[in-house]
Amino acid sequence: MTDTIAPPSPAITAGELFPKRRKRRRLGPGKRIPYGTFIGPAVVLAIWALASWLGALNWRTLPAPWTVVTTGIHLWHTGTLKPDILVSLRRAALGFAAGASGGIILALLSGLSRVGEALIDSTVQVKRAIPSLGLIPLFILWMGIGEGFKVAIIAIGVFIPIYINTFAALIGIDTRYVELAEVVQLSRWQFIKEVVIPGALPGLFIGLRLGVVGSWLSLVVLEQINATSGLGYMMYQATNYGQTNVICVGLVIYGIFGFASDRLVRITERKVLSWRTTLSN
Amino acid sequence: MAHDAQQLEPAVRVRGLVRRFGDRVVLDGLDLDIARGEFVALLGKSGSGKTTLLRTLAELDHDVEGDGEFVTPERLSVVFQDSRLLPWRRIVDNVLLGATGREAPARGRNALAEVGLAGRERAWPSELSGGEAQRAALARSLVWEPELLLADEPFGALDALTRTRMHALLRELCERHHPAVLLVTHDVDEAVVLADRVLVLADGRIRVDLHIDIRHPRSYRDSRLGEYREQLLNALGVFEDLQTASA
Repeated sequence: MTDTIAPPSPAITAGELFPKRRKRRRLGPGKRIPYGTFIGPAVVLAIWALASWLGALNWRTLPAPWTVVTTGIHLWHTGTLKPDILVSLRRAALGFAAGASGGIILALLSGLSRVGEALIDSTVQVKRAIPSLGLIPLFILWMGIGEGFKVAIIAIGVFIPIYINTFAALIGIDTRYVELAEVVQLSRWQFIKEVVIPGALPGLFIGLRLGVVGSWLSLVVLEQINATSGLGYMMYQATNYGQTNVICVGLVIYGIFGFASDRLVRITERKVLSWRTTLSN
Repeated sequence: MAHDAQQLEPAVRVRGLVRRFGDRVVLDGLDLDIARGEFVALLGKSGSGKTTLLRTLAELDHDVEGDGEFVTPERLSVVFQDSRLLPWRRIVDNVLLGATGREAPARGRNALAEVGLAGRERAWPSELSGGEAQRAALARSLVWEPELLLADEPFGALDALTRTRMHALLRELCERHHPAVLLVTHDVDEAVVLADRVLVLADGRIRVDLHIDIRHPRSYRDSRLGEYREQLLNALGVFEDLQTASA
């Protein structure tokens, strides 16, 4: 077939033919860097370690990374670090679970029915304007300062972003898909199961990621004002004795948990939404 | 063959359809009959109401008035201009959307094989080319063994080569399954090559109803098509538009 066409001389490449032509600019972010997520934190850690090692950081202001690690190990074996972590984890997990289920259920109710929307959506929007942490005084009067109160405040903080994003995704379903569902005569339930919910999952995951980090945020505040256990309480106590190293242990653990939980949601997201090809992969 | 089919009860019979968008009357007492197994192409200038008519027949438009006569078959499929595959379902699951029963998976595989997508059952829609996606959409409509296939410019977004291949495929599928077809298109060539009958929609009604008595398969270069083409272009006002433009 190509017999009659002289093959192009292999020696000449496009670059030589058009030497002045600039390379096409890549606008996508390009290939993923392996273990890229850990590079940023590692750089921060390196700068911190270097500054401590050079003596540029006063240990009262910010102790060296290794001091934080040894303090952590010490507290784990002799102090209350282990039960404190467990208590904090439990609060965050319970609050997140309650807030996420509430957010998803209410988003489904208001996203899938007009009555639900009329009742729920604007109410949530009003609530959204009130900072969750602003509810603390009221909740203390209602529920005391026990575990229930802490879980409730965390749940409310988690609920909002999950509700908002899931609801937005639900009502943002492409009308073309609605038409398709009508043509193939899906029942209402099939339509919700096969079209609406899968289509809303990306929005739900954005909500989950915001919510999971939000749960740690609320936790920090809660444990520092009205608690007798937990990481925040440990840090609050340390303030009284000027133990910057103990405070840093708490902060690092909060950071690790926040980071790890976000990663967990992201990994789940990538598994569940494997059909997507976006800039992120 | 088309004439034999007309003896039977029609696949579509609608009378006096009226559809308004605000003050604009898009369908103005429109009548339409399509015989069983008949392949009808619908032409019209853009904005003439072709898509509105198709959506009406598919019962996707709920604001249409009529004279009471509205007959369409039970089993009806729609192929849209975009393939409209759900990106979160694999191809075979898209084809089987809404289909139930134990033999459904086999039907899905067969339909995909018929459109030349055997082996791509487990692919995601984002992995298909435009032509392949539209084939999958055709397979999805075939699964229902439709008595009426409504197609709204299904090849409009495809390149010329792919479009020609899809024309052959569509004809082939029609010969095998014998649905009545209403193909909305703006392409006169496509209409005369594929259809048994070509309609022109203008000012809210069917203004031209042209039977094309040339056997299938037809060649695009068949000289007899030229006459039909001329008539249709005339009816669409293409030559008038050219004259006013040059005047």
